[in-house]
Amino acid sequence: MSKDNQILEEFTSKDYEHGWSVNYEADEAPLGLNEEIIRWISAKKEEPQWLLDWRLKAFRAWEAMEEPKWANVTYPKVDFQKLRYYSAPKQTKKPKSLDEIDPELLAIYERLGISLNEQKRLQGIAVDAVLDSVSVATTFKGTLAKLGIVFCSFSEAVKEHPELVKKYLGSVVPMTDNYYAALNSAVFSDGSFCYIPKGVRCPMELSTYFRINAANTGQFERTLIVAEDESYVSYLEGCTAPQRDENQLHAAVVEIYAGAHAEVKYSTVQNWFPGDKDGKGGIYNFVTKRGICAGDHSKISWTQVETGSAVTWKYPSCILKGDNSIGEFYSVAVTNNMQQADTGTKMIHIGKNTKSRIVSKGISAGKSQNSYRGQVQVMKRASNARNFSQCDSLLMGDRCGAHTFPYIDIQNPSAKVEHEATTSKIGEDQIFYCNQRGISTEDAVALIVNGYAKEVLNQLPMEFAVEAQKLLALTLEGSVG
Amino acid sequence: MLTIKNLHAAVEGTPILRGINLEVKPGEVHAIMGPNGSGKSTLASVLAGREEYEVTEGEVTFKGKDLLDLTPEDRAREGVFLAFQYPVEIPGVSSTNFLRTALNQVREYRGQEPLDAVKFLSLMKEKMKLVEIDQKLLSRSLNEGFSGGEKKRNEIFQMAMLEPTLSILDETDSGLDIDALRIVSNGVNQLKSPDTATIVVTHYQRLLEYIVPDFVHVLYKGQIVKSGTKDLALELEAKGYDWIKEEVDAAV
Repeated sequence: MSKDNQILEEFTSKDYEHGWSVNYEADEAPLGLNEEIIRWISAKKEEPQWLLDWRLKAFRAWEAMEEPKWANVTYPKVDFQKLRYYSAPKQTKKPKSLDEIDPELLAIYERLGISLNEQKRLQGIAVDAVLDSVSVATTFKGTLAKLGIVFCSFSEAVKEHPELVKKYLGSVVPMTDNYYAALNSAVFSDGSFCYIPKGVRCPMELSTYFRINAANTGQFERTLIVAEDESYVSYLEGCTAPQRDENQLHAAVVEIYAGAHAEVKYSTVQNWFPGDKDGKGGIYNFVTKRGICAGDHSKISWTQVETGSAVTWKYPSCILKGDNSIGEFYSVAVTNNMQQADTGTKMIHIGKNTKSRIVSKGISAGKSQNSYRGQVQVMKRASNARNFSQCDSLLMGDRCGAHTFPYIDIQNPSAKVEHEATTSKIGEDQIFYCNQRGISTEDAVALIVNGYAKEVLNQLPMEFAVEAQKLLALTLEGSVG
Repeated sequence: MLTIKNLHAAVEGTPILRGINLEVKPGEVHAIMGPNGSGKSTLASVLAGREEYEVTEGEVTFKGKDLLDLTPEDRAREGVFLAFQYPVEIPGVSSTNFLRTALNQVREYRGQEPLDAVKFLSLMKEKMKLVEIDQKLLSRSLNEGFSGGEKKRNEIFQMAMLEPTLSILDETDSGLDIDALRIVSNGVNQLKSPDTATIVVTHYQRLLEYIVPDFVHVLYKGQIVKSGTKDLALELEAKGYDWIKEEVDAAV
């Protein structure tokens, strides 16, 4: 045990890799939150009146709401008046193409290992890069447009495809859905918009890379994915933030619409700054993600690898409205040091013969707390609904916690719901076995953890699976004996 | 190659080994026998560097180095291999992936280039024949759902891949049927060379019909109380351990 703890100490002393920040001239909203600020943001983004009205309505609803307290996390109350709700790098003129973008901004992404240069990129992935409150670049727009696919920043979508935005915005996550969704609806700045027309299979991975750079600034992005009947898209988001002493708020909303026979695969590799060893700083990641399988035989699959953030509150969910629709949730959530995560999913079975599958792998190290919270709901009409849930927890050391909160609500007697849960400690036996074959303890931990999370990692697009594996190893480096 | 002098070891304060002396030279096969609880497996674990065993006295040198001073992984990289009595399962990690990680770390320690996928696979193919192991087994999660025989064969297969100088087989015969025993022993025999040595820890003489020892040592109450040739093993098989126990206990 003593060796366990000693190695644990070493493991947890690893620094956050993306903790740097860059100074650039920024266009910022004044601190604080009120109607004026919302008007200011809306004006800045040259939005139509309907959207401003929508924001104001959300804001008034938010003001009357209470911060949710049910999650298994504790943190000091966020002072919403001390935050800044808009910060954007100053650009003298709007860039018309990638060549006109400020090289300094491109350099930020290069440093994160994300090239926005189409020639240098692998052909398989289109990227929308969001820095603080705005999207700075979207690649491969032209290539995608030929297929009728729209992939652009949210602000641009409001201008160029207002009818689509108006139709789907808030249709899956209503503005009053919850406290943070309401806040996001009032102040959201940018994010990605993606539209796949009927019968089109998107030929490349679409991805958004979120980066918070400015201090005291919250990031409130909004992502909307619409997959019309018989279409397919695979979408990935990645996130990092500088290392700062104060906590920063990230409250995003993601909405997915899938028509009949459409399939959307949404993958997240979340690596926001988790705070230091003593729990100082880090991102509060309060996110609402939900998809609706609106059409028959549609499918939405969430895959998440959560390694960052000081506090995570996140439940990517599926509303299985269409008959024979399928919802999936694959998650690896790693917490180390003082991190807290309360994450899981909701599967709401409305249509007949709907199926859902939940695979959650929690890994806790240091003094962290890791909770799985999941809800499976089978409505009256949903005959022959099926759910399989598997929630595994892996503990490293003896100062962390793993918790499981499953909720099951069945209103149709033909439903079949299975729930399996395991809790294990990473075994000294396993590590010694690896050691005896010449494998160092650190590599042994990486090997064992990646093996444990394999079922989830296998769901990620190839290129990101490799990244995620490295990230898991890095997050836990020094963590176990 | 290996010199053990007056080795004492304890588990949670209880002494198990009470002064082991043993000299193993290149090319030799030593069998360690003895009744249950005599300390056979403890000796194997102490040599491999398992954490729970505390060495309270004595010294062990391996190829001129202080073995007890090395971490378990460095002992392995120096060429000490332990075939486990109970091989550990690692879900989600294939034998192939596991072995490639191990082999390349060992090679790095020895100043050799890592093997690329092609060379690794051809080496694997070559060594697979030794223990008649199936490639399908190696793409499965390490030891997970393996039968007793498959686990032991996999241990010898790993030994073949890592090419150790000193192999310690800890009750490798336990749980093996006669065919598996033959296959495993065959593998071990083919790996023998004038430069390598083997320590076979076993309960029964049966295994020693296949892996013929140069020396047989009887461990009792944490000490080697009798040493001899393979004939000693036969004698034990015929007479049991009681006569040795009596001899030792009478002398105290």
